Amino acid sequence: MGAKAMGARVRRMEDPELLTGRATFTDDIHLPGMLEAAFVRSTEAHARIRGIDKAAAESMPGVFTVVTAADLPPGLRTVRVPFQVPNPAITQPFQQRLLEDEEVCFVGEAIAMVLAETRYQAEDAAAAVEIDYEILPTASDCRDALAEGAGLCHAGSENNLCAEFKLGYGDAAGAFANAEHVFEAALWSHRGAGLAVENRAVVAEPDSLRDVVTLWSATQSPFLVKQNVVDMLDWPSDRLRVIAPEVGGGFGPKTVYYVEEALIPLCAMTFDRPIKWIEDRRENFVATNQERDQYWDMALACDGEGKILAVRGAMIHDTGAYMPWGIISPYISATTVPGPYVVPAYELTTRVALTNKVAVTPVRGAGRPQAVFAMERLLDRAADGLGIDRAEIRRRNFIPADAMPYSFGLIFRDGKPMTYDSGDYPRCQAEALALADYDGFADRRKTAEAAGRHVGIGIANFVEGTGLGPFEGATVRVHANGRITVYTGGGDSGQGHWTTLAQLCAEPLGVDPSDIAVEVGDTGKIANGIGTFASRIAVNAGNSVHLAATSVREKAIKVASHLLEAAEEDLDIEDGRIFVKGVPEVSTTLRDVARAVRGMPGFSLPGGVEPGLESTEYFSPPQAAYCNGTAVVEVEVDPDTGHVEILNYAMAHDSGNLINPFIVDGQVHGACAHGIGNTLLEWMGYDDDAQPVTTNFADYVLPSAPGVPRIDVVHVESPTPNNPLGVKGAGEGGTIPALAAIVAAVEDALSPFGVALDDVPILPGRLAALVADARARAG
Amino acid sequence: MADRRRISVTINGDTYEREVETRLLLSDFIRHECELTGTHVGCEHGVCGACTILLDGITARSCLMLAVQADGHELLTIEGIAPNEDELHPLQQAFMDNHGLQCGYCTPGMLTTLLEFLRDNPDPTEQEVRIAISGNLCRCTGYQGIVDAALDAAGRLRAEAGA
Ligand code: FES
Ligand code: FES
Repeated sequence: MGAKAMGARVRRMEDPELLTGRATFTDDIHLPGMLEAAFVRSTEAHARIRGIDKAAAESMPGVFTVVTAADLPPGLRTVRVPFQVPNPAITQPFQQRLLEDEEVCFVGEAIAMVLAETRYQAEDAAAAVEIDYEILPTASDCRDALAEGAGLCHAGSENNLCAEFKLGYGDAAGAFANAEHVFEAALWSHRGAGLAVENRAVVAEPDSLRDVVTLWSATQSPFLVKQNVVDMLDWPSDRLRVIAPEVGGGFGPKTVYYVEEALIPLCAMTFDRPIKWIEDRRENFVATNQERDQYWDMALACDGEGKILAVRGAMIHDTGAYMPWGIISPYISATTVPGPYVVPAYELTTRVALTNKVAVTPVRGAGRPQAVFAMERLLDRAADGLGIDRAEIRRRNFIPADAMPYSFGLIFRDGKPMTYDSGDYPRCQAEALALADYDGFADRRKTAEAAGRHVGIGIANFVEGTGLGPFEGATVRVHANGRITVYTGGGDSGQGHWTTLAQLCAEPLGVDPSDIAVEVGDTGKIANGIGTFASRIAVNAGNSVHLAATSVREKAIKVASHLLEAAEEDLDIEDGRIFVKGVPEVSTTLRDVARAVRGMPGFSLPGGVEPGLESTEYFSPPQAAYCNGTAVVEVEVDPDTGHVEILNYAMAHDSGNLINPFIVDGQVHGACAHGIGNTLLEWMGYDDDAQPVTTNFADYVLPSAPGVPRIDVVHVESPTPNNPLGVKGAGEGGTIPALAAIVAAVEDALSPFGVALDDVPILPGRLAALVADARARAG
Repeated sequence: MADRRRISVTINGDTYEREVETRLLLSDFIRHECELTGTHVGCEHGVCGACTILLDGITARSCLMLAVQADGHELLTIEGIAPNEDELHPLQQAFMDNHGLQCGYCTPGMLTTLLEFLRDNPDPTEQEVRIAISGNLCRCTGYQGIVDAALDAAGRLRAEAGA
């Protein structure tokens, strides 16, 4: 029944369509007269374009046209992607053009678009477009890029430093000057590409009669796409409708807006033909945003008991050639370091480097896994140096549960002071340790050692700001036939929004979730929206649905009280019927109320309500809701091959109240697997000339089923006081502590060799080499 | 002019006769010529497994085959797994009951791969299931729901066979 929908393990309503192949993804759309697009992309990391010869390509079979910058309307030739998230720390906010014909700054940058009758013909012609490049010096490694005399990412700029900022609070210098102990770490943390199994995809259908275009895009954020396309093309906003149909995974890179999303509708409009563009996997590696390298030089000051006095350091972040998402990722990294610990003083200088690579924008975790890696490595160093158990040193430094809400002097990316709203960090770690049988590990290690096996255990904690504003909205509508539909703006790329939002709508309306349809990700269905990223939909859209459904309930009761001539407070709703409590036969239905409020010509509406049994609410959270958790990972390492086997993976996760634990568990499992991949397999490589060297699934390895263990999850539920449902985001928490916990476990397993691990990923070859070095040193 | 051939392919019991370019990938034939778009394409280089179909009962990567190679053969795709419009196959039902899919993009390949695997290994261990799907990438689920679904489906199919 409806009343128990919140918190129930409801099966997903989106599954039957997906399981039978009936669901519609962007590439499943076939329109009459549709042209197919293929892109000519830069093969050089940095070059001046001396000439583009498209004559041969244009005369090839099936080719409709080849579009370069020179073919664009004059006003659009040099227009650049709107700067989506400005920040005063950014001094050189380079943004990409629709098509480049002067200076290309990364391999994969779009130079020309071929339109042909079939994709095969478009690709043939794309290969025949000749580009005359004059090769320019490159910036590849982000540390080298900031050195004096480095090759410039953009010719004519002063240097490759595009942003610098210092964050902190308290007297770090004083704390370090007087500290009993200081522990240092120089770390490389790398994260790879998002790599949804579905690549990006765009279809545009023009309607010249009405002067409008419908754009289907495999995006997480149809409203952001629409906003950017109309801004960039200078279109009236009602010319464009953006629909995110089924989307085959997002993981961050599909949040951000890309030039193809403007070029395809522009050309569809110009040539009055529907156009489809489907990114291929290689393009996805070179032309879809990624996360990449951060280099951290960090130090932790503490007393003899391991109590933290201060943390300070410097970080260099590789942002690529353009910065569509500004400095969101490194900013989040910088604010994530203190985490769940009492850190009395903190200071971090971040420098952001331009490099000749595709842009860095958030990938699941969004800069946090790297920061947690830094903080947790420091704590492990301190624990080992002081001879304190790694769990114990964390216990001594946790922010106690009764200190909530807790502020400590940082400003988060939402511009608000960081105030942890709720959470019980000591309990979360305790639950994870219990789940992992941490106390039994010493015995397990003994048994393993006796058999000549190397096992280790690692712990990592994190706090994550989720549910960021500005808002999301929802319309709840009871149709005149009694059917109920929820509309909201953010797309769904596997999160199960239909199911969770239906659960939230079902409760106030006293119906079953299966009675409700949910339509997401269509700018034609609701006036305003943002998108599905930053673990924000449960908080923003969830609360909007809750508020809208509650107001529909109130309206239904008000109207029913007129229809039934009963007092509002005597009425209740169940199974779609509104009835007088205790006299269930005196009743009406949501359907009849919906009909009554359509209005009858000449009569006033019952109860003086507004027309339509529907309500639209936009929920704006006052600040982020802080999710937290602990990962405890046990591994076995083969010191000869560097192979790491995860024996046990325990995760305690607190994302506030759970709407549907069945779905949240899946989010946590998937997020942990993403973190496992980032730690043990995934490396997005570039050579010294910034040429990408891992552009297929053989060179860039994703985790597969045998390498991902069963993830044991325990939920701690600390509701946030900052939204009516008490929910926090749950989509990224699993990824965030994975890097730190797994690396700690591997280092622990290799402790007999004295190998210190400062880098992530730890690929097998590198690990085996470190062990070999250590063995050689030991003689 | 591109070389073209007439082919006839049976997919989910229906026969599709088309004249196609010899270089047309089987995946594109299924998706765009026959408009059976439930089979997905994630890499077109044989690694992700999303495009897996059954060709005469044996799994094949449709992105690594040409349409002309399927001439005269019988294919099964995700659209042909359920017994009818309103009912799910036990494997599909197990996916739904065990949260074996999130975005659903890898699902066609997972289902076809497991259909073959469970036919040949009705009572597998968890490790055997993991190895069976090791050539199918899923970025969403961490595989746990898929593995649980496969084991659950094995039980259901055994019960059905025994009944
Ligand atoms: S699309 Fe065929 S294996 Fe990836
Ligand atoms: S469910 Fe999204 S890739 Fe598997």
